[in-house]
Amino acid sequence: MDLFEYQARDLFEAHNIPVLAGAVATTADEAERAAATMGGKVVVKAQVKVGGRGKAGGVKLAVDAADARIKAEAILGMDIKGHVVHKVMIAQAAPIAEEYYMAILLDRANRDFLVMASVAGGMEIEEVAHTQPEKLARVSIDPNIGISQAKALEIVKAGQFPENVQTDVADVLLKLWAAFVAEDATLMEINPLVKTEDGRIIALDGKVTLDDNADFRHPDHEALVDHAAANPLEAAAKAKNLNYVKLDGEVGIIGNGAGLVMSTLDVVAYAGEKYGVKPANFLDIGGGASAEIMADGLSIILGDSDVRSVFVNVFGGITACDAVANGIVQALEMLGDKATKPIVVRLDGNNVLEGRRILNEAAHPLVQQLDTMDGAAARAAELAAK
Amino acid sequence: MAIFINKETKVLVQGMTGSEGTKHTGRMIKYGTNIVGGVTPGKGGQSVEIAGKTLPVFNTVAEAVAATGANASVVFVPPKFAKAAVMDAIDAALPLVVVITEGIPVHDTATFYAHAVAKGTTRLVGPNCPGLISPGLSNIGIIPGDITGPGRIGLVSKSGTLTYQMMYELRDIGFSTAVGIGGDPIIGTTHIDCLRAFQDDPDTDAIVMIGEIGGDAEERAAAFIASYVTKPVVGYVAGFTAPEGKTMGHAGAIVSGSSGTAEAKKVALEAAGVKVGKTPSETATLMRAILNG
Repeated sequence: MDLFEYQARDLFEAHNIPVLAGAVATTADEAERAAATMGGKVVVKAQVKVGGRGKAGGVKLAVDAADARIKAEAILGMDIKGHVVHKVMIAQAAPIAEEYYMAILLDRANRDFLVMASVAGGMEIEEVAHTQPEKLARVSIDPNIGISQAKALEIVKAGQFPENVQTDVADVLLKLWAAFVAEDATLMEINPLVKTEDGRIIALDGKVTLDDNADFRHPDHEALVDHAAANPLEAAAKAKNLNYVKLDGEVGIIGNGAGLVMSTLDVVAYAGEKYGVKPANFLDIGGGASAEIMADGLSIILGDSDVRSVFVNVFGGITACDAVANGIVQALEMLGDKATKPIVVRLDGNNVLEGRRILNEAAHPLVQQLDTMDGAAARAAELAAK
Repeated sequence: MAIFINKETKVLVQGMTGSEGTKHTGRMIKYGTNIVGGVTPGKGGQSVEIAGKTLPVFNTVAEAVAATGANASVVFVPPKFAKAAVMDAIDAALPLVVVITEGIPVHDTATFYAHAVAKGTTRLVGPNCPGLISPGLSNIGIIPGDITGPGRIGLVSKSGTLTYQMMYELRDIGFSTAVGIGGDPIIGTTHIDCLRAFQDDPDTDAIVMIGEIGGDAEERAAAFIASYVTKPVVGYVAGFTAPEGKTMGHAGAIVSGSSGTAEAKKVALEAAGVKVGKTPSETATLMRAILNG
């Protein structure tokens, strides 16, 4: 789960990483009040989970509370790369002397964690990484050893931080590491980490990604979920524990296993070129799909008004094809007259003959079976075109 | 032969007394896998009857190894307790540990992976994987045993169901070993480890490699193939038409330097001489063309 900037700020604060005062607002009224409480100049920042908001006009300086209201009015409702701004953060303004960069992340290639730190922070950090790699320290961290004070100082020196801030920056790094471990994060990035004109080191903006697999030991992370952002179909799927992503095509897709579903999207997209149709969604019913799960999945897809045909593509490994077939039959009984779209089914693998027999026997007018993934994809695409 | 597992592999099941563990232990025994016992902390000393076989249960892997001579384990322990189970197996210097469990926090995986590397005596497969099968010899994990039989193709894949699909497409030819390495951000055995083992295995003639979008494991595998693998390799990458994922912050882009798209992976693999199919069936056709000379 990716966090909003204001959530990252709060999390940093909870782990004693130095931040400025900040508050979140969903209306111009709230923004004005927050700015009045803080006093002085504030920055009004769009809260969107996408980069480039500064360049898009989503970050504005306000001289006082009244001005914060005007700036918040302008930013709320703005569309930044397809993300509508529902919240702004009101942050205390600070006179910045220097901008640095610091991040800890999961390093998939090395299968450990990586710290990056640079004296040259700000929006051009990716450029710095390419053109002046000597200014960006990259140090692998063994999860069983962690970061000692000496190691932190060594990293900060390698990132070419000036001597007079090294101790303070190393201290931020140690706290960031502690937060990274304690919260089960896969990314914690501070950009920029600033030195203010009065010499303080402060995390001015942060990006945090938390590991959903670790939710069982972080009941507090549930409060960070952005329920407003989910598409209604995605929210319904999530409530049923289904892995569903809405796409912009016409062929509804259900399959088992992320790899096979992704492959199904490809095969349908190729077959759909001829008919001008594309996959309408990604839906993985998982490894142990029961009849109920199949029924849940099918009702979500048939509830999508963009869908004109459905392709159920299952290779039964642990999932038995007869359970899938029963799920389809039950879902259609439940949905009754609401089910109006043709369903193309391809079953293979575990108990396939029984699965096919169940569907043949039910002989539902909307359901047709094909033997191969390619053939079924072509039929589903053809049906969506009509 | 085959890679990593064969008829002699003696397998412990960690989490055997749980419902998933019991179910899959039965399937593995029926396949002919040499299951020698189970490990469930707190249930040591008991024995359970699964698929007509009486199996002893131990509190720790070390005790189980001492009593049975086991040299592999398969882990069905729930995510909460998986780290402790895998650490126990690594501490007992078990040569092969196959972690089926899905949903393990990546900090836990990073910890046990680093421990395995530091100790240097355990090969991890997974987590979040279907396991591996050497048809006719041994089946460790949850791959259905009846898709196909022994043959001379080696297969390595991130995805479980795509592994099954590809074994099915090439079922008349058969496989030396098929390894589902899992799709988690950190996995023990990689595409490269399997490619090396298949290259060195006299009973494997050709290799199928299945990848997915995200990360740059396929790109690194491509570089390895160019430098080490002389056997023919056919590839498939799922996710050509998947919507582009969003990236958070700059850190990910700085580190991977690759977009992780299917197209980028295909280009890298083809540059290394790998024939890449657009669909599973096309990939199988490419493999047939190679084997038929």
